[in-house]
Amino acid sequence: MRFPRVTALDRLTLDIGPGVTGLVGSNGAGKSTLIKILLGLSPATEGRAAVLGLDVATRGAAIRERVGYMPEHDCLPPDVSATEFVVHMARMSGLPPTAARERTADTLRHVGLYEERYRPIGGYSTGMKQRVKLAQALVHDPQLVLLDEPTNGLDPVGRDEMLGLIRRIHTDFGISVLVTSHLLGELERTCDHVVVIDGGTLLRSSSTSDFTQTTATLAVEVTDSDTHPDGTAALRGILTDAGVTLVGHDGIDTEGLPGAGHILLIEAAGEDTYDLVRDSVAGLGLGLVRMEQRRHHIAEVFRTEQHASRQGGAQGTAAPAAATAGADQQKGSGRDEH
Amino acid sequence: MSTETKAAAGRDASRIHNIGYRSYDGPRLGRAYARRSLFSQTLRGSFGLGRSAKSKVLPMLLFGVMALVAAILVAVSMAAPDASKLVVKYTSYAIYLQAVIGLFIAAQAPQAVSRDLRFKTVPLYFSRPIEHADYVIAKFAATASALFILTGAPLLILYVGSLLAKFDFADQTKWFGQGLVSVALLSVLFAGLGLVMAALTPRRGFGVAAVIALLTITYGAVSTVQAIAWETGSEGAVQWLGLFSPITLIDGVQTAFLGATSAFPGGEGPGTGTGVVYLFVVLALVAGSYAVLMRRYRRVGL
Repeated sequence: MRFPRVTALDRLTLDIGPGVTGLVGSNGAGKSTLIKILLGLSPATEGRAAVLGLDVATRGAAIRERVGYMPEHDCLPPDVSATEFVVHMARMSGLPPTAARERTADTLRHVGLYEERYRPIGGYSTGMKQRVKLAQALVHDPQLVLLDEPTNGLDPVGRDEMLGLIRRIHTDFGISVLVTSHLLGELERTCDHVVVIDGGTLLRSSSTSDFTQTTATLAVEVTDSDTHPDGTAALRGILTDAGVTLVGHDGIDTEGLPGAGHILLIEAAGEDTYDLVRDSVAGLGLGLVRMEQRRHHIAEVFRTEQHASRQGGAQGTAAPAAATAGADQQKGSGRDEH
Repeated sequence: MSTETKAAAGRDASRIHNIGYRSYDGPRLGRAYARRSLFSQTLRGSFGLGRSAKSKVLPMLLFGVMALVAAILVAVSMAAPDASKLVVKYTSYAIYLQAVIGLFIAAQAPQAVSRDLRFKTVPLYFSRPIEHADYVIAKFAATASALFILTGAPLLILYVGSLLAKFDFADQTKWFGQGLVSVALLSVLFAGLGLVMAALTPRRGFGVAAVIALLTITYGAVSTVQAIAWETGSEGAVQWLGLFSPITLIDGVQTAFLGATSAFPGGEGPGTGTGVVYLFVVLALVAGSYAVLMRRYRRVGL
């Protein structure tokens, strides 16, 4: 996808299956451009894409009838009520008047809007507005929803509720979801599959379990004892001997963390690592202050990639697909047909 | 309704209202239906229906004025002794009340298009089956229809009144028909110009001002220059000057083709030859408005 002066998506080849898929990228990575292509609204300069088995270039209208879209920005007129607005949007998706009303009532209830739906949207909180935006994307019972930064501007509780709702869209409603965010940790909790793009190229595409398997980082903090005046160093010694990879043992990665210098960041290869840490700490007679999984940020993936390329691409999970020309995505339907 | 209850039902017994998600298997009526829905929503919105009470005030007031003046004119016509026709021509009515029509389009064109642009609702439309052309056509047709209702209703009052007063049926029907054609043309022209101004100025206040400015400044300038031309004896210039303001364009067309009496100085409108030019300019403006709107919305994607 090329604009006159910018190449927004560059030879991105991607195959997204049913379920909840997270699309992660920093601002300007090309997430919104990808969504526009998938909706058939801006044709790709070269290459092709298919959504629900329909070609975006020729079947745009048919796709848009079966797909819901929740934009990132504010898009609600303040002077109408949520009910009226969502009914109108349902009719714009082709639902007959009665069905539009029924579906609106249902959908607003599912996203958690009750009595307030009869009041003008202008008086809603950000959280309520996000729910209305989500409702208008779901009201026509699409097979796939594209959610652009749905947790933007929400407080931690609202964020959790929204993520729970997104999960339910797939598990309870049977609708596949493509959700974008710039927080990887947020998507890990909701998505079956995560795609990371940066600068219009694919950085990584793998299922969420792969992600946690290969990159889960454990933060371990221990106390000092009389026999081991520097407990952290003692533990590091034992773990290194046991063959556990330490992340940023030069202290690079621990900068800015509370108790930096006393925290060991280690790569968890699986359940064994947890046991090993526990046994090592117990063997040394130290107190284990904490052992926790660190939340990943997008930057961490970038760092891993750089690390990987230095090692000759040994990790190999995200070789940017340069072989195929053009943006080429295939979308499967997540709906169980009844 | 062929809906079915899915797995979630009854999973959470403490929440009695949770009846689970029901999928929709009913008909999806597609693009043409969506376009009609947008048309009727915009048309109703032009009169404040389906919107807040506050937004009903102005359009209803203007509609009331248009109808009331017509009713008064009917009463006056009936009261006059030996009256054989209405005191006002059908074709003159819209010209006399052009200020009211101007206010209506100035207030409602921004309502029709600027709101969607300002609150960025447009992407929600274009992520649905309709295309850019459907959106423009629906908005254009709805605004023109709203204007037609506003300008046609008083003509209907005049017509019904004239029939009650037992004026000549054939004459009245012919003149009424001519009047309707004239206001239909006026509606389409004003809707096009109003929507273009409104679509280019997303801030509602500016949109209102821009439409009023377009209508009043051009009319003021044209009629002043026409008066000067008439006073200085250059009658030939008067009819050509009428090409430069929307309302005088309509005046010219209906004088040439629809048996109207021109409001130009000296009452001399264009003849059939010049009238063709008038009609051509009107149609060009309507087509131009449509083209500008299409261009505008092609740029507003998501």
